[in-house]
Amino acid sequence: MLLIPCPWCGPRDEIEFRCGGQSHIQRPEPFDAVSDEAWADYLFTRINPKGVSYERWLHVFGCRQWFNVARDTRTHEIHAVYRMGEPKPDLRGVE
Amino acid sequence: MSGRRLPGGGRIDRNRPLNFTFEGRPYRGYVGDTLASALLAAGVRVVGRSFKYHRPRGLLAAGVEEANALVQVGEGARAEVNLRATEVELHEGLTARAVNCWPSARFDVGAVNNLFGRLLPAGFYYKTFMWPDWRWFEPVIRRAAGLGRPSILPDPDRYETRHAHCDLLVVGSGPAGLAAALAASRRGERVMLVEQDPLPGGSLLWRPAQIDGRSGSDWAERAAAEIAAAPDALVLTRTTAIGYFDHNALALLERVAGAAGSPGPDHRPRQRLWSVRARRVVLAAGALERPLVFPGNDRPGVMLASAVSEYAARWAARAGDEAVVFTNNDSAYAAAHALLDTGGRVAAVVDSRPAPPARRTASLQARGVRTLLGASIVATHGRPALTGVTIRDAEGHDHRVAADVLAMSGGWNPTVHLFSQSGGALVWDGEQALFRPGRSAQAEVSVGAAAGEFGLSTAIEQGWRAGGGEGAPPLADAADERWTIGPLWRVPARGKAFVDFQNDVTADDIALSARENFVSVEHLKRYTTLGMAADQGKTSNVNALAIMAELTGRPIADVGTTRFRPPFTPATFGAIGGRARGELFQPLRRLPAHDRHVQAGAAFEEYGGWLRPAHYPGAGESAHAAEQREALAVRRAVGLFDGSPLGKIDVVGADAAEFLDRIYANTLSTLKVGRARYGLMLNEQGAVIDDGVTVRLAADHFLVGTTGGGADRIAAWLEEWLQCEWPDLDVLVAPVTTAWAVLTLSGPKARDVLDAAGVDMAIGEEDFPHMTFRECRVAGVPARISRVSFTGEVSFEVSVAADRACELWDRLRLAGAPFGLAPVGIEAWMLLRMEMGYLHLGADTDGATTPDDIGWGRVLKRRRDFVGRRSLTRPELLRKDRLQFVGVEAVDSTVPVPVGSHLRSPGLPSGSEGYVTSSGLSPTLGRGVALAMVRAGRSRYGEELLVITGEGRGRRVRVTVPGVRGPGGEPLDG
Ligand SMILES: [Zn+2]
Repeated sequence: MLLIPCPWCGPRDEIEFRCGGQSHIQRPEPFDAVSDEAWADYLFTRINPKGVSYERWLHVFGCRQWFNVARDTRTHEIHAVYRMGEPKPDLRGVE
Repeated sequence: MSGRRLPGGGRIDRNRPLNFTFEGRPYRGYVGDTLASALLAAGVRVVGRSFKYHRPRGLLAAGVEEANALVQVGEGARAEVNLRATEVELHEGLTARAVNCWPSARFDVGAVNNLFGRLLPAGFYYKTFMWPDWRWFEPVIRRAAGLGRPSILPDPDRYETRHAHCDLLVVGSGPAGLAAALAASRRGERVMLVEQDPLPGGSLLWRPAQIDGRSGSDWAERAAAEIAAAPDALVLTRTTAIGYFDHNALALLERVAGAAGSPGPDHRPRQRLWSVRARRVVLAAGALERPLVFPGNDRPGVMLASAVSEYAARWAARAGDEAVVFTNNDSAYAAAHALLDTGGRVAAVVDSRPAPPARRTASLQARGVRTLLGASIVATHGRPALTGVTIRDAEGHDHRVAADVLAMSGGWNPTVHLFSQSGGALVWDGEQALFRPGRSAQAEVSVGAAAGEFGLSTAIEQGWRAGGGEGAPPLADAADERWTIGPLWRVPARGKAFVDFQNDVTADDIALSARENFVSVEHLKRYTTLGMAADQGKTSNVNALAIMAELTGRPIADVGTTRFRPPFTPATFGAIGGRARGELFQPLRRLPAHDRHVQAGAAFEEYGGWLRPAHYPGAGESAHAAEQREALAVRRAVGLFDGSPLGKIDVVGADAAEFLDRIYANTLSTLKVGRARYGLMLNEQGAVIDDGVTVRLAADHFLVGTTGGGADRIAAWLEEWLQCEWPDLDVLVAPVTTAWAVLTLSGPKARDVLDAAGVDMAIGEEDFPHMTFRECRVAGVPARISRVSFTGEVSFEVSVAADRACELWDRLRLAGAPFGLAPVGIEAWMLLRMEMGYLHLGADTDGATTPDDIGWGRVLKRRRDFVGRRSLTRPELLRKDRLQFVGVEAVDSTVPVPVGSHLRSPGLPSGSEGYVTSSGLSPTLGRGVALAMVRAGRSRYGEELLVITGEGRGRRVRVTVPGVRGPGGEPLDG
């Protein structure tokens, strides 16, 4: 069970959280200029990295805030947490 | 039956004898005994039957690794199965029987499998029972292979879950673990020391040792007491660390009150499952001895050498009178000395090494014991238990020697289970012939025997350092002796040589697996079932993979181990479930006016996590009759329905209208203050995920209504879009569902009842029309009223603060009595909406239903984007032959068509063209009404379809507009 450092509440057990999957996905716009392929890509295509995964988590049984987590899928080590809207942290050297 | 209890010694209380029965026979033991030690002391040699061949088996070990002595303890509701007799603490009146034996361990019908053993090789089940269908054979095989009979009665005991945090968690209270916990507790750290045994000390409980000038067990007792007395330390005995998970999360199983099979004596729970988060972990779980693999090595009387020593020292129980020791390493020599020290005879020590250390052999020769070097045991004799062995000496000559106990040692396996679970990598130590912890993956360190370090001084020092100890560690009086081994993985001789005792896997099975190319350890495991029994191969895995390495000519390190999985020892479902059982398994929410529903005679059922009235049957009234009566009351007079679970979400802020325009498939921003509008929400795939009526309380304040099931889900959905996609919008979302109680009056007399109850505003149709909203007082209670209708009748949805629900209920019932007001349950409510052809999300729709499928294609005319908008023009969603929401009416009878019935045009030979989604008997019309999803349904009104599945098979229905109509085709709600 992961220990996730919520940027608002500090380290808490994984059972308090819900994983929302890959983060930093751009919603294509405007809707009437988006191709079927680009839309399908947005809906369904996800990376499945062996290594650092940038994903969003919700502290659902806590502050109810969404935030980003950089988690290594091999070790479950959490390299960084950062708020929604912030850019990916520079993790050169660990990726 | 020879008494084998030694006259003195042992950690048993001879002043407190205990009576117990095993296999129906009475025995005596003492406080401090395990079931295993008491049986051994009583001379019981056969303690069970093996799983596949039903061979008689005796005690192999003294601890958790015991593979043979699986017992069922206790009777009735407290019967526990598959316990290791070595872990069952003796108590007065204990009843135990061997599992896997019928009718008894001594005489077992299933032993016939042994005679036909040649026919039951590895993979036998896979090869033989695949055709025609495993399920034909399974019941018979399961009965023959069962491991005990668990109680089918409810468990009468309580179980608990507890969470804890600590600086240091130490697993194992042997010398290394005690040193670690002692060091950390002296530094004032929050320490948890976990020991699966009732007593702290580990090997110090039976191995001769001197630490800081005291006997090892004295030192252990004092050290544990000191740790327990430290302000922030906790010593948990009878507690097993069963799992090591991510980020230093460990699961501990504590046996709190009542020995296995005994009544829970007091207020305490029987077991407690701890979920611990530790800053650092010290694994000091010791090591388990390996058996040797030779023909007949499973005969009762063949035991691990360390177990022979432990039984003698700890429980004053001598394993036999005439012993032979068989070893490939130095450690078993101690067992020979222990047997001699306790008055037994040692006929021979058989060491497979041609030249073991001379001091080892000399010490025994000095006591008159014959040592045979470069020799091995090639057969065992005796029925049902050991009477002798055949030794093959270095020259290849066989000698038969009488013996009633054979103490064997094939070397040692550090207990690396938790280390491996933590993600750490094992390394092969060729010198000691064992896998030990290599690189750690978490904040953890293994010490002592668990790290492959068998010297007492070194173990203590490692533990001390791991605990952060400053200064000199506790001092062991004797210097560590070097320990050597010459691996012998299997004795090359004919006969059944067991590797996995519990699952009856032999060396020949492994050879067969290799011949058939199941050479990976994971394949070997599944093909032979090796290591898949309740002991998870604690004594067998390393022997098995080493044999596989020999057979395939690979180094052991390359063969590797299978994964170690939690739990380390079996855990009860009771402990895993904890308090979450019965009503607490998934606690149901109760309506604010629950008590009033009870008084009104409601029959409750669960709907979306709420306990709600299904209907209110009168005396002698059936559920169906009640539902029909209640529905008719709404059509003819007035009904009172509790709709409190309907989701309510406050959406507030300058951008609230813009936000809802993006979220809803239809426009909400044009809604005027004080008015209500039905809306649809989609997901990004374009599927309808919720619907409901939203009212505008102010320019910047909406109250979003959702389905009952959507209350939490949609609130989270709105938050996710706000926080992740549109953080720039000035909007706050607050779920307020449970803050309000909602009581709905519906029916031609609804207005009269509301009027009679007293309302401080005009409620005539002109003053307060359909789809509007007002704040007011009803019978003096501050209220909100929405004019929305789920039944087609005039309705007033009255919301009051949840704590005034009962008051409002009473007032409305009182006011309604003269008008024939009836409480209405969900079933009638659903029937009423079905008559009207109103969609019920989740009943009439599924996860792929689009707005157009339910007649809302007009949302595509919106020029703006909203969630799911782009998906609606995907080719798949524009197909003309999609399932569409329609009504269906039976043309052949008044009986309703069952929900789920599939439909098809009579002209089509096969396939389904849709299915019935809602159905019921309309009390107004006296016939069935139904809704359905039908392929291109809206272009097929009037067409007849056949019911092709279920009870209604062969019946005919007609596709209609959703909702029934009056005789002149007019809607029922006028
Ligand atoms: Zn938080």
